[in-house]
Amino acid sequence: MIGKSLWIVFLAALFIYFVLPLIMTVIFSLSRGQAGFGPDAYVALLSRRDLLAPLWMSAQLALATVACILLFMVPAVIAVHLFAPRLRMLLELAAILPFVIPGIALVAGLSVLITGPGWLIGSPFFLTLPYFFLALPYAYRAIDIAISNLDLTQLRLAAASLGAGVGRTILWVVMPNLWPALVNAALMTFTVVLGEFTVANILLFQTFPVSINLVAKSEPAEAAALTIVSFLLTWVALLIVLLVGRNSRKTFDTGRSGASS
Amino acid sequence: MTMAFESINYTYPGSGTGVHDLSMAIGPGELVALIGASGSGKTTALKLLAGFTQPQSGLIRIGDKDVTGVTAEERRLGVVFQNYALFPHLCAWENVAFPLRVRGVPHAIRRAQAIQMLERVGMGARIGSMPHMLSGGQQQRVALARALVFDPKGLLLDEPLSALDASLRVEMRDEILRVQRQSGIATLLVTHDQEEALSIADRVAVMREGRIVQIGTPRVLYDTPVDAYVAGFVGQSNLWPGTVEREGLVGTPVGPIACVTGTRIRGDAVIVFVRPEWIEPLARPPRAEVAGEIAGETLSDRFLGPIRRIDLAVGTGMVRLETHLRTPVSAVRIPPERVRLLPPLE
Amino acid sequence: MNSAHSNKHNREVAAKTRRPLLPMHVLWAVAMIAPFLLLTVVGMIAPVILLVAQSVSGPHGFTFDYIQSLANPTYRLAAWNSIVLSFASASVSLATGGVVAFIAFGSGTQSRLGALVTSFSAVAANFAGVPLAFAFISTLGMFGLLTRVLRAGGIDIYAMGFSLYSISGLTLVYTYFLTPLMVILITPAIRAVSQDWLAAAKSLGANPGQRLRLVVLPILAPSLISAFILLFGSAFSGYATAYALTSGNIVLLTTEIGNVLTGDVASAPQTGAALSVGMIVVMAVLVWISRWFGQRTRRWK
Repeated sequence: MIGKSLWIVFLAALFIYFVLPLIMTVIFSLSRGQAGFGPDAYVALLSRRDLLAPLWMSAQLALATVACILLFMVPAVIAVHLFAPRLRMLLELAAILPFVIPGIALVAGLSVLITGPGWLIGSPFFLTLPYFFLALPYAYRAIDIAISNLDLTQLRLAAASLGAGVGRTILWVVMPNLWPALVNAALMTFTVVLGEFTVANILLFQTFPVSINLVAKSEPAEAAALTIVSFLLTWVALLIVLLVGRNSRKTFDTGRSGASS
Repeated sequence: MTMAFESINYTYPGSGTGVHDLSMAIGPGELVALIGASGSGKTTALKLLAGFTQPQSGLIRIGDKDVTGVTAEERRLGVVFQNYALFPHLCAWENVAFPLRVRGVPHAIRRAQAIQMLERVGMGARIGSMPHMLSGGQQQRVALARALVFDPKGLLLDEPLSALDASLRVEMRDEILRVQRQSGIATLLVTHDQEEALSIADRVAVMREGRIVQIGTPRVLYDTPVDAYVAGFVGQSNLWPGTVEREGLVGTPVGPIACVTGTRIRGDAVIVFVRPEWIEPLARPPRAEVAGEIAGETLSDRFLGPIRRIDLAVGTGMVRLETHLRTPVSAVRIPPERVRLLPPLE
Repeated sequence: MNSAHSNKHNREVAAKTRRPLLPMHVLWAVAMIAPFLLLTVVGMIAPVILLVAQSVSGPHGFTFDYIQSLANPTYRLAAWNSIVLSFASASVSLATGGVVAFIAFGSGTQSRLGALVTSFSAVAANFAGVPLAFAFISTLGMFGLLTRVLRAGGIDIYAMGFSLYSISGLTLVYTYFLTPLMVILITPAIRAVSQDWLAAAKSLGANPGQRLRLVVLPILAPSLISAFILLFGSAFSGYATAYALTSGNIVLLTTEIGNVLTGDVASAPQTGAALSVGMIVVMAVLVWISRWFGQRTRRWK
């Protein structure tokens, strides 16, 4: 290969590029201005209501969005694979739309569209609608790939021959095999919602990322602390996804190609 | 040109499998088949010969040259892979012309040579086809053409037929043999299919746990296997563990077997080996005074087309025989002169 | 490996066993799919249609005025900046991400480096937006720690013309989340470059340079193009990072739309709608082209 040392230098430089901003932010979050270093910013976070509230709101929004994904998207994907494979193209189109419609454009459209009941518009839970779509591509991919790996036709026919109706097939056969993918989809949704800024900012809702931006202007140390918290939360969520993924592979790896030789 | 292994050793880190003290030569124009179970080291041997892996000790020779230190791209050996490995972005003739292109042969010449080679393997009508449009057998032919077009010093085939349907396999192996004979190139064929090896190879080497257990012509391996492993690996066989009772007689689970004990003495442990087709079926009960006649109870009698395979329960064991006679069978004769004694397995 | 054969076989079996749908099945299907489709229409399609409608409706009815106003200097500058930023950051990330993926997965074996790269990429690709912007401000901003350290050491990067709050600064920041995205996008393609192909090329006499030029790159080309387009699109539609970094001071298409929406700019909302529709059209074309290239690779398998 072309000089192994060259690769190592390149990887090292890249590593520094990725790690440095994080380290700097950590240092920043621990700074007391002229007075040296200390965990003041983190302590302040815990006590300041106006910083905890946005975090709580984002968490609630994330849960609401995950619920929507599970209630609306998952059944649709299952139903398409079970009953209407030709509609799969339609679902894939729906899953790709959030890429085609930039977040800012979606907000522009939404603000024209919504002249509905005040309780819905005024409440931050209105954000669940656009967030559902922003999380859609990731969640869809996770579930779709998992279902495709299942050979659903065979499972359905086997369940039917054993006397299970549609409902039971879905509940007892499909869902149990899907739970790692469901966890995956839920956690991806969680990270998307926790990091979403564009829509919330334009519509003037105080979510977690929006609050980071506001705080950054007045108290940089605390904003830095918030940034680190945000990063850690994302990291934890994705760690869980990876762990669940690795564990489930041991249980669910029946081997797609059948016998191994 | 000859290809040879001389005391080659290679062990995979962590698993202990590999190749141990392997020495073997493939003469000019000869087709040698390397057979064995998975993990026996046969694919490793091919990779060492091709240069994909470096041996930990020993020499690889091509012609008279020591090529152990030579990289794979410089060894000039044609390799046909189990999955054909045709480049997906090139059509058939471009795939075949690839080694010529790499060597700087001008476009027109290499295209002509590639087309000529494709015609020799029967793919003249599909020179412009992309690999994904070709069937398995067609891809295999293109792969073969590609491996031979640059006039290599040797040909290595890594389980070339295992990805094909059974019926196609027979047709393709004759094809491989024809092309190999035509080009007169030293060839190493790695396969787990012993029938394939026996039918087209000049010599067959049986590998086990990284070593060659026996190497010889198909007939030698079939008639005179050197141990029970080879006997069981190649073709059908009866293998009965036993002890020598006296000269000319060995006690086994199927009873005493009359045979030539040679230099063995009473008490020696042996394995009695008889091919099913060497056993003669009898339509009458056995005669005690005739050596080798025994009776048994029919366990199964299967009609396999050209032959009939009968399993008899005898004593505490089983006797399997093959015959084309359709008459009922009540006893068998095991000709003592055809019985062979093999050393016991460790 | 009979995958090619058995896939065809399975599809044939599935086709033969596809029973006609019972009315029960149709009921279930509708109940499970309709709500989702309804949501999609309300949440995504309706807004787009409304945007299109808004972009061509003036105080006196149908008009092209607002679409024509897209040609004025501010918006042309915004389009130019967005394109330059997207192209630059996509190009850099294509290279860096591609190399990382190649190092981690190019040898065909499942290494620990590969697992590490995968998990880090999944995390870093999501670390876009406000937290990322802030992390970079902490590092290379006007009073960022690294800036101050360098200044103390005698190197004043801002005096030398660097600014985090410029297109080049944004490119630097965008690369941070586009590189992992590239790794995620290109890893399947790199993994699909079968080791057998490389071994075959070796046995046929190709040296490392020839293997790269004649085998690896041509096979990867459609995936590389498809990935580049997706990277470009991702940068093109980015808002949060740019906004957090520059508070809307850099003229980009996305921030201009944002400005119109928040009323920071005395433009009619129809202009914002026109800009949005323009962006949607561009993104639709990009995604379509990217999928076309993706299809080409799938045919080869």
